[in-house]
Parts: sequence; structure tokens; C-alpha cells
Amino acid sequence: MDKDLKDVHPKIIQALLDTETDITVEDALENEMVLNMGPQHPATHGVLRLVLRLDGETIVACVPDLGYLHRGYEKLAENMSYYEFIPHTDRLDYISPMANNVAWVLAVEKLAGLEVPERAQYIRMMVAELARITSHLVAIGSFAMDVGAMTVFLWTLREREKVMDIWDMLCGARFTNSYTRIGGVANDAPPEALSRIKWFIEQFEENLVECEKLINTNRIFVDRVDGIGVISKEDAISLGFSGPNLRASGVEYDIRRAQPYLQYDQIDFNVPTLTEGDCLARYFLRVEEMKESTKIVKQVLQKMPEGETILNKPKKVLPHKTEIYTKMEELIHDFMIVNFGINPPVGEIYHAIEGSKGELGFYIVSKGEGHPWKCKIRSPSFNNIQSLPTLVKGQMVSDVVAIIGSIDPIMGEADK
Amino acid sequence: METAELVLQKLKNEFTSIDFEVSDFRNELTLKLPKENIVEICSFIKTDSELEFVYCEDITAVDWAKRTNRFTVVYHIYSFKNNFRIRLKADVDESDCNIDSVCSVWKAANWQERETYDMYGIKFNNHPDLRRMYMPEEFEYHPLRKDFPLMGIPGSIPLPKK
Repeated sequence: MDKDLKDVHPKIIQALLDTETDITVEDALENEMVLNMGPQHPATHGVLRLVLRLDGETIVACVPDLGYLHRGYEKLAENMSYYEFIPHTDRLDYISPMANNVAWVLAVEKLAGLEVPERAQYIRMMVAELARITSHLVAIGSFAMDVGAMTVFLWTLREREKVMDIWDMLCGARFTNSYTRIGGVANDAPPEALSRIKWFIEQFEENLVECEKLINTNRIFVDRVDGIGVISKEDAISLGFSGPNLRASGVEYDIRRAQPYLQYDQIDFNVPTLTEGDCLARYFLRVEEMKESTKIVKQVLQKMPEGETILNKPKKVLPHKTEIYTKMEELIHDFMIVNFGINPPVGEIYHAIEGSKGELGFYIVSKGEGHPWKCKIRSPSFNNIQSLPTLVKGQMVSDVVAIIGSIDPIMGEADK
Repeated sequence: METAELVLQKLKNEFTSIDFEVSDFRNELTLKLPKENIVEICSFIKTDSELEFVYCEDITAVDWAKRTNRFTVVYHIYSFKNNFRIRLKADVDESDCNIDSVCSVWKAANWQERETYDMYGIKFNNHPDLRRMYMPEEFEYHPLRKDFPLMGIPGSIPLPKK
């Protein structure tokens, strides 16, 4: 074996050689080689590793190798209470922690049969959409940077920074939010945060158009991604694509529309769909989704009712910290919930939301105890990466970077 | 629950000899079936023109620790046409720890089955590329089994050679 390949496991090499391929190169130089890309590579968005089989510069086969960020969250979830797992969901898709918080508590509430106050539902919708905006901003910025357009990244991150400040006002943390609670949200959204969000949404639309102009008129960017990494509608469904990637291939499927959760059935929004299925379509779709998200946040701000933000059900919902120190009943309930958990009924549920990257689902099996018997995270990035070998086959080495950027994988979520 | 009735009716008509164990919790239809029939049932619900369960969302397993049939393999399948999700379950015993792969039905099952194999040690017959998903190839254990300790097993992952 080649000396440089001593770090690649023989089984990976075998899988690479066994991959069936129909790629033939005219005027083959007869210099097939194996190229290792990652896990430390600036354009793999984390610790993704690809082992590529090349003929000249054309990719004949590709085998992704995951697990460099595997922390065993499913095992951890089986050994902690439902409340304790909320901070861990922050670390799944670490670009949009708010959406993960929402997904987890919705799954637990479905299992326990809890109905959340309306104001809390609107707040959750608002943060989930803002999380989608931040996630897509990072996706577009880093995608453009991967193919050589540097300025966009600075502009989109500037916008994201403003949302980070809003997170800070809402829950006191900029990055790992843990804002939602089972039965509601940690605290009501303060008026200054709401007015800040209103200001952000108003100026964001203009700034997004500026960013768009910067990319859409950049001929290098468009030429590099147009028609690259095409995936058909049938393949996209078969390979388990979800979210913006699936919709860029012409499947009009959005869980917010198909199985409305929270109050999405009260909101007027479009599901943008494109049919090209290439890298450029995936970029355009994310921009359109951000525009839809701003529309949703605007409506949420208008429709948000006054009222409670946490459910009044002492046996299931943690009391507020200030009450624990002053009231006996609350102290007892807090003790019981922290030590013994909320004990949902025996059963199993699967609940999925339209996360920033796609379908984020939790499958929870309960034996009536304080901790889940089994928790499976259906992460969109994992299933999106699965299609990489199909997408890169027959493309050039330099296109791999563009294709990875366009499907926007987050390794924290893919490796769990 | 009209679609649920349609699915049940179709399956019972097609597979008369199979005894489906139907359960419904929080409006989610769950069907338990013998593991020998998993591939034919999956390809039927995918190709039937009225059902079209074309989207394989998730495959995983549950370890019941002390039960006779120790593992249950769980499939979540979605139909765009009916906007309906179905959960299929098949029991697998530890002494005969394998089940047929559904990769031929849904391509997405490839990695999902690999992950299940990695975490639970259930072998998927006829799988095109059954390697470990997350753990190193040299790793001997299956971490999501209930008898694997939470803190891990010291020395089970070798340090990289200098």
C-alpha cells in the first residue's frame, strides 16, 4: 500500500475500491490515485473526512468517514432526565441551537401529553425562525467563502451577530441557548428584545438584498456552482435528503406545512421550491427561505398574545427558580422533578420539526421512568452527507468543496 | 385516521398469513411484523400506488435488555402522497442477531443500518457495505447496548501509534 495512506483504514480503502462506478475518463492518464480529504480541512465544515478515488482530476468514487465528533448523545440521553438533556441539544446543530431546543421539548411534550400556552408557542416559533436565518446566513457565507468569495462571509456574519445579541437579551446566552423548557420557555421575552427583533427584521431585508447582489453578480461564484452536484428528485427522496436540499430538487415538502406543529397553521408563508437540484439552486433556496422566515417572524410579532409562557402543571413542569427559594410547595416539586423526573406514560413517539438543516426528529421510548429508555436523534445532516458519494461522482476535485458547502452539513449533528 | 385504515387493509389483504401487531399511541400507527418478511413488506408499501411510502426517515433499534427477543429494529417510513408516517417494528433475538437489509428498497437505509449495526451489533443481511459508522473498526463493543457502561471501557480504544 502507498506509504501516505497508512492512516486510512484498509476497510475504507476496500470500500472505495468496491464502489461500483460508471465514470470513465477519456484520454485517461492511467494515474488513478486515492486522495484523503479531511478531517482537518478548512472546507469540510468540521471534522468530515472524505476518501476520494481519482482519475486525473475526476472523482471516480468517494467514501465519507464519520465519527470524529461522536460524543454518544443517545447513550447520554438514556442516563439523564428529560430536562437535563435540553442543554445537550444545543451541541447537536451548534449553528442553530434554538431550533434543537424547540425540537426536543416538542417531542417530550408529545410523549407526556402537555399542551403549551399560546404565547410560549409563538415565542418558540419566533426563535426557531431566527435560528433558521442565522443558520442559512452561515451556510451561505461559508459556501461563498469555500468557492472564493470572501466578503459575503463577513457580511452575513455581521447579520448573524445581531441575532446573537438578541439571544443574549432573550436568555442570557449567545451561543448555547437552552432557552426552551418542557411546558414553555425559560422566561418571557422582554419588551426590549421584541423591539430589537422588530428592528433586526426591518433592516435585515435590505442587508440580505445587498449580500445577494454581492453573490449573484459574482461571475466566479456562479460559474463554479452552476450545474454542479446535480441530484434528481427521485434520488433526493431515495437518499433521504431533507430540508432546503430536498426542496431544491423539486420536492415541495416542508414539515411546517405538511404536519403543522406549534402555530404554523396560523401563519401565511410560502414553501419555496426549485427544480434544478444543483449547488446554485440550493443557494437560491436558502436565500428565499430566509425571506420567508422574516415574513413569519413579522407575523409572529403581530399575532403574539399576552399571557403565561409556561404551563401551570406542577408535577411535570419545573417551577421558576425564584419561587423555589421562597415557597414550600415549589421546593417540593422542584426536588421531585429534579431527582425523579417527569415520568411520562409508557409508550413511544417520533416527533420531527423542520429544523434549519432539514427534518430534525426525536424518537423517544419511555418505560414510564424519569429518563428515556431510548432516544434516537434523526439528524438531517447525517442523511444529507449520505448523498455525497452520489453528488461528487464524476466531478472535479475542486467541486467537492462547493458541493459540501452547498449541502451545509454540521458535524455536531451528523456525528451526534 | 383514514390513511391508517387504508394501510392496514392493504397489508392484511396482501399478506394474509402474517399476523400484524397493531398499536396506536398519540396517533402514530405502529406495526409489528416478523423479521423474515421485512423486505417484502417494505417493498410492497413502497411500490403500491395507493401507499407510496417512498421516504425512509430513520432506522434504529431498541435494546430491551432482559427480554427474550432482546432487540427491536424500528423503521420510520413516510409517504408524501398520503402525508402519513408509519412505524414498522421487527423483533430480533440476541442468539440470532440479524435481519434482512432494506437497502434494496430505500438507498437511505444504507447508513442508517450501518449506524444500527455499529451501535447495537445487529447484522443486516445482504447489506452492500456493512462497516461501522462512528466507532473505529478495531472497537469490539456496541455502545448503545444496555450492558455497555456509560463511562466506557478503559483501554477499548487504542491510542494512535507514534
